[in-house]
Amino acid sequence: MSEVWLVVLVVGAVTVALKAAGPVLLGGRELPPPVLRVVVLLAPALLAALVAVGLVGGDRELLLDERLAGLGAAVLALLVRAPILVVVIAAAVATALARGLA
Amino acid sequence: MAFAFSLSFGVLAKASGMGSLAPVLMSMTTFAGSAQFAAASVLGTGGGAVAAIGAASLLNTRYAPISLTVAPSMGGTWFSRLIQSQLIVDESWAVAQAGGGRVDRRTLIGAGALLWVFWVGGTVVGVLGSEFIGNPARYGLDAAFPALFLALLVAQIDSRKAVLAAVLGAAIALALVPFSAAGVPIIVASLACLVGLWDR
Repeated sequence: MSEVWLVVLVVGAVTVALKAAGPVLLGGRELPPPVLRVVVLLAPALLAALVAVGLVGGDRELLLDERLAGLGAAVLALLVRAPILVVVIAAAVATALARGLA
Repeated sequence: MAFAFSLSFGVLAKASGMGSLAPVLMSMTTFAGSAQFAAASVLGTGGGAVAAIGAASLLNTRYAPISLTVAPSMGGTWFSRLIQSQLIVDESWAVAQAGGGRVDRRTLIGAGALLWVFWVGGTVVGVLGSEFIGNPARYGLDAAFPALFLALLVAQIDSRKAVLAAVLGAAIALALVPFSAAGVPIIVASLACLVGLWDR
């Protein structure tokens, strides 16, 4: 089986199980407080890591390039509370423009 | 919105060498934006299957506590609850908030079903149209992902602990990039959530 299909099948199965966990297994029982405190911080930690690596990550090196123009545009869009789609498009357009100029 | 978002997932997945059928099946089963983008971008940068599965699964770990909050609202047989629970996604869960931690099941199901149709449809158009759209990097799509994750991150920042976890996660990831295979920095960065154990 190819790498791609392995990823699709495993991630699909894991996600189905995660989404079903509460409704299927539990009758409204809560997670122990310490576990809950850790789990709610997983999303910010992971998303911040994805931002950082996506922005300046290269092949085993940190690389500052036109993507930073995209970051600037995204931050501006977020500051004026633009919808998420506008934020994403602004970043792509700014990066493409910076590449065109370079 | 979901359509445009999944359209760009289709384009990126195709550009990451995922083919056409796999991204569509992924949208049908995984149905969770950030995890799908993370898997595609790890695969596209040569991070390998294990790192892609790890990053996507970790990103979706948030659905465990989310599904707990939905549990009281979902009745019926276990199979019916299993099917209904698949319509849980950040946006459907967010609009279904009924106050006091309660979730309105009908809103969640309605919004979730609508989002699913647009999500899968957008992915189909994205993978089919990617040849006309071309290399995403040329259009700055590689910067679109960090921007997307940044926007999702901002929505998650609701406490000082969350800020700390985010800063620590980014720092760990950047520190590891030069020394490890793609994908690994993301997974190790998830350990930053352990600051939640620190009781203050």
